[in-house]
Amino acid sequence: MPDISAKPVRTIGSLLTARRGGKGRLHWTDVFTYFYLAFGIFLMFGPVVWLVLSSFKTSSALLEFPPTFLPLGQIEVQVEGYEKPLPLYEVKQEDGTVTQLAQIRRIGIVSQMVDPQNPGETIQVPIDQRSEVREFRMAWDNYRDPLERFDFTRYLYNSVVVTAIATLVTLLINSMAAFGLAIYEFRGRNAIMLFVIGTLMIPITVILVPVYLVVTSMGMINSLWAVILPGAATPTGVFLLRQYMLTIPKELIEAARMDKASEWRIYWKVVLPLTMPAIAVLAIFSIMWRWNEFLWPLIVLNRSEVYTLQVGLNAFQGELDVQWHYILAMTVVTLIPVTLVFAFLQRFITTGIASTGMK
Amino acid sequence: MAQDSDLTFTGRLAGLAGAPVRLLFRMLELPLAAIQRGIGVRKMPWIFLLPNLAFFGLFVILPLFINFFYSLTGGIQLFPSDRPFVGTEQYGFLLECENITDPQTCREDRFWKGIYNTLVFVFFQVSFMVLFSLITALILNREIRARGFFRAVFFFPVLLSPVVVALIWKWILLRDGILNAFLVSIGLDKILFFVSPEWSMFWAIFVSIWAHMGFYTLILLAGLQAIPPDLYEAAEMDGTSSERVFWRITLPLLWPNMLVVIVLALIKGVQIFDEVFVLTGGGPGTATQFIVQYIYNTGFTNQVQNFGLASAASVVLGVALFVLTMAQLAATRRKDDA
Repeated sequence: MPDISAKPVRTIGSLLTARRGGKGRLHWTDVFTYFYLAFGIFLMFGPVVWLVLSSFKTSSALLEFPPTFLPLGQIEVQVEGYEKPLPLYEVKQEDGTVTQLAQIRRIGIVSQMVDPQNPGETIQVPIDQRSEVREFRMAWDNYRDPLERFDFTRYLYNSVVVTAIATLVTLLINSMAAFGLAIYEFRGRNAIMLFVIGTLMIPITVILVPVYLVVTSMGMINSLWAVILPGAATPTGVFLLRQYMLTIPKELIEAARMDKASEWRIYWKVVLPLTMPAIAVLAIFSIMWRWNEFLWPLIVLNRSEVYTLQVGLNAFQGELDVQWHYILAMTVVTLIPVTLVFAFLQRFITTGIASTGMK
Repeated sequence: MAQDSDLTFTGRLAGLAGAPVRLLFRMLELPLAAIQRGIGVRKMPWIFLLPNLAFFGLFVILPLFINFFYSLTGGIQLFPSDRPFVGTEQYGFLLECENITDPQTCREDRFWKGIYNTLVFVFFQVSFMVLFSLITALILNREIRARGFFRAVFFFPVLLSPVVVALIWKWILLRDGILNAFLVSIGLDKILFFVSPEWSMFWAIFVSIWAHMGFYTLILLAGLQAIPPDLYEAAEMDGTSSERVFWRITLPLLWPNMLVVIVLALIKGVQIFDEVFVLTGGGPGTATQFIVQYIYNTGFTNQVQNFGLASAASVVLGVALFVLTMAQLAATRRKDDA
């Protein structure tokens, strides 16, 4: 299985001239391949790029139709005799020349303007003859305001707490179970394996009501524990870790027992360090699952103080349909962690999925 | 010796995580050693399995039985002891139809609408997703440069949360969104995508394919890379046409993976909720309301929380998923044999 991806791209030219089988004439399938890949980049990344660019636009720029590609802001100039900076416009004169004027105020369809070079004289201009002078500018307020004025910092905090604790709990109890199933031969092991396989088939969508009952009975409604605990024991995690632990030589464990190490010490100091690669894969997956979870938190978290980022974002877009500039910015905030995890651990994630089929 | 490696290992963990990890080890070491002295080494696996089994039992197995019991009860109370036993009344209510092909003649028409919507969704979503996953996997399996990069491109949306996916596309599909700007620029009229039932269903299918295709592509790609290259070399020596190579070598050898992909996609498709709920809210009307949203609405959002009916509907969903999972296990077994 030669890994082409390991070779660096030398030039754009070599990228475009890669042929079927490496040599010979350009086959139609080569053309199709690169057309498909180019379209793939556009379709898969384009929406995300558009989201990020849009998130830096001001609320008024977002209402514009047709939209501009880059976030732009109107230039403001300081004019002598006026306290605040005035917005700059391009105005088409009757003789066809274009001059730049600053607007003092607007009355109906007439705009009172002033020439920044000659501040003494006020000029009346119909508003349809002026257009904004703009430059590339990022509206950082879109990010600052929701984090300061709304509860987004709290949602962010809740999501981080849920993700971190849930991942730790998952890693601990799943690796313990995997250790129990991989290292020992005992009566009932196959029954337990079957039991664990059985739970694979039961997604939470099928048992929403009774899990809600269990969580309510434990007094955990509107507590982050209600999100953390029910999904902590994942069959896929047990499987992944067990398969990995099966490769650890039995002699190592026998040797540790000879040295009078307790079983717990063998698990923690011998087996767990050797299982680190598999633990890392499970940790990455657990982080992504928990960060992205939606339906279950939506059911058990009804008070906005305990919302996770996903639930908060959904509630926010429902309530304030017009505030797209905030929604877009917070959507970007929500996708940053998984994007970073992906950027650094892409190879782990893709090989992990391809070999274990988990998502 | 053990003490020595102990020191180096704990020494390496002297980071931020080091202290709590050490503390956890110390906290559990003494009690577990005591337990081991009490019950002996041979019973220790049960101690290691205990936390996980407790979680499975409490949050999966027990709820499964309670769910079935719930579906046989009525009333509005949450606690099963307060609920009157009504037998199969909930199922009767769900299944009472004059003509099951027409949801409007059913007493619980939203349930049937949800089922039909889910069937339509799953049919189109799974067929197109498998088709495009296959094409993408075949292309990524060619000797192209920067294959790792392109693999990442198609895979990236898989990682995004359903809420993020839905909001990205909602932003694109708004009345004054970029797609309508494009339509206007090529001389067409704006389309109100979320006002039309057909367009809403189309975008529900499209967006869910966009978000999940990379996952299935990856499984197929792994299958393609496992096909021995000498088969292709032999075919080339014999001058076999590439269409024939595809139908006679690639597809048969990829078939076990295809089967896994199809069944997995079916299982996930039947459970569709998150993306579409945020994207369309189930609308317009009930045009994109699926079976999971029916359960969610019935049990958790309506003024009267009808837990019995929601449970009955989820038993129906559970049976469907059980059948699909059995199919998947059969498919996986065939793959292992091959």
